[in-house]
Amino acid sequence: MDFTLDKKHEMARNLFKEFAETEVKPLAQEVDETEVFPRETVTKMQKYGFMGIPVPKEYGGQGCDPLTYVMCVEELSKVCATTGVIVSAHTSLCIDPIMTFGTPEQKEKYVRPLATGEKLGAFALTEPGAGTDAQGAQTKAVLDGDEWVLNGSKCFITNGKEADVYIVIAVTSVTEDKRGRKKKNFSAFIVDKDAPGFSFGTKEKKMGIRGSSTYELIFEDCRIPKENLLGAEGKGFSIAMHTLDGGRIGIAAQALGIAEGALERCIEYTKERKQFGRSIAQQQNTQFKLADMAARVEAAKLLVYKAAQAKATQKRYSLEAAKAKLFAAETAMAVTTEVVQLFGGYGYIREYDVERMMRDAKITEIYEGTSEVQRMVIAGNLLA
Amino acid sequence: MKIVVCIKQVPDTKGGVKFNPDGTLDRTAMLAIMNPDDKAGLEAALRIKDEIGAEVTVLTMGIPKAEDVLREALAMGADNAILVTDRVLGGADTWATSTTIAGALRNLDYDLIITGRQAIDGDTAQVGPQIAEHLGLPVVSYAEDIKLDGDSVVVKRQFEDRYHELKVQMPCLITALSELNEPRYMTPGGIWDAFDKDITIWGRNDLKDVDDADLGLKGSPTKIAKASDKVRKGAGEKVNLDAKESVEYLVGKLKEKHII
Repeated sequence: MDFTLDKKHEMARNLFKEFAETEVKPLAQEVDETEVFPRETVTKMQKYGFMGIPVPKEYGGQGCDPLTYVMCVEELSKVCATTGVIVSAHTSLCIDPIMTFGTPEQKEKYVRPLATGEKLGAFALTEPGAGTDAQGAQTKAVLDGDEWVLNGSKCFITNGKEADVYIVIAVTSVTEDKRGRKKKNFSAFIVDKDAPGFSFGTKEKKMGIRGSSTYELIFEDCRIPKENLLGAEGKGFSIAMHTLDGGRIGIAAQALGIAEGALERCIEYTKERKQFGRSIAQQQNTQFKLADMAARVEAAKLLVYKAAQAKATQKRYSLEAAKAKLFAAETAMAVTTEVVQLFGGYGYIREYDVERMMRDAKITEIYEGTSEVQRMVIAGNLLA
Repeated sequence: MKIVVCIKQVPDTKGGVKFNPDGTLDRTAMLAIMNPDDKAGLEAALRIKDEIGAEVTVLTMGIPKAEDVLREALAMGADNAILVTDRVLGGADTWATSTTIAGALRNLDYDLIITGRQAIDGDTAQVGPQIAEHLGLPVVSYAEDIKLDGDSVVVKRQFEDRYHELKVQMPCLITALSELNEPRYMTPGGIWDAFDKDITIWGRNDLKDVDDADLGLKGSPTKIAKASDKVRKGAGEKVNLDAKESVEYLVGKLKEKHII
């Protein structure tokens, strides 16, 4: 068992780190303050292939493994969690399901422009009445001749208005089990931004990741070609769950990056900040807290990297993804909260990055499956 | 078109500088990067490749660890990489280095050779022009802009108080300034490809038309008496005077030093 990165991954990390420090970090505060989607950064990431890292070269991607992609999201999130989630939602939630469940024609038509970054992707499962409980979903799709007709709305959609291609999960039939209970059956669809009847609702004003474009999607007799059904009809729920397994690894990487970024700033700050005639880093209280945070961050990193490796080598990786996301997200929240505390009054001021990081960390415990959902997945596996 | 870019692995100035007992740099103990002027030279070559198509080969002389900068160059888009490494070549000054690199270049076909102006460790700016001298090639140093014009290159050369625009027929050698361009980042896929490629390794015996007496520490006319970290200057003299007194004081000091 070898826990050291090989030279190839080490070089990739250096690339992501340099890019993040030079191109992303200087904009992070402004992106948060203005809540403006960092389009300029996305264009630069497109130029250097960051929008299709784990996608095979034959489909316009970079041909790297999930670990390389995870390190990209991690390094971006160290300086700007908004930028991290843009890449994560695009890659894990939009490209990945088309690569996994798409027909050769769908891959050629959609994966190539997404992997080169020419187009941006999004994924729409959540509805106002259906978060963790997918059975609450109301969005329906009905086949009408050669077209599917979608009606309903989706909410909290990352990359919302900025995306060009959307994976949309909708109810396509309702069946009854032996006891007469109704069960909704879902299907997955690929929807182009310019599909007739597709529009955007309100933009969400969020606590954190404020530059990320989070919108409501509205489908009013939205017509899409029959061939845009992704995977088999009725398989939408399992497609969504499989997609979220991958997505959780991306969010775990985002959470890991936030925690690492906050810890790095904390080490710098506590060495500089003087109280009672010496730096606060010289106080044992600070040292113990730094040590606890460092151990926890390292543990999160091992879980996240293990999940990335599992995605590369295993057919199913729900358990690894759930453990990584649960632990990394809670680490991000705990570490950023502690770091704000160590910064004291300055930690509460928006001029210092750690205030933003604490706000950004919270969402990692909620989206793509709350921490409670991750615990359900893990426990379900233990007791199966 | 064939372009060879000579690059060097240099200590990262962000890390600490460490010396061997003989006064030369202990390169194995330091973090290393691609020399910035060389990186600009590589970018210039890659832009020519993007525009009109060219085969770009990167060449470095150094310890086996110098392979890292060659991989970086491949990940940026270079096609081939050559590492010249041999114990007998160690401790080389600019003369022995340029002799070695010229010996390696004699094995290659090229239209254009690009080197950086100077490396941030030695800061001599001698190796590029010396290579040209060994190979009997025209050289244009301090290039801030490079344009191709048929079988010639038009170079904007930085001079003390002006620019020179020079047209030179290929094959020729150009030394690049970091101001030449903004080098591109690697790409993730480029990195993966770079590690699938073979790096050609050459030793002393692969060098063409060179004399052992001109190689390595023994072949280096430069002898390093002593090397050390930069010594910090003191705070200087501080005086607190009003405007008139300050002028008199300053004029007095300038006269004292025979400046006025």
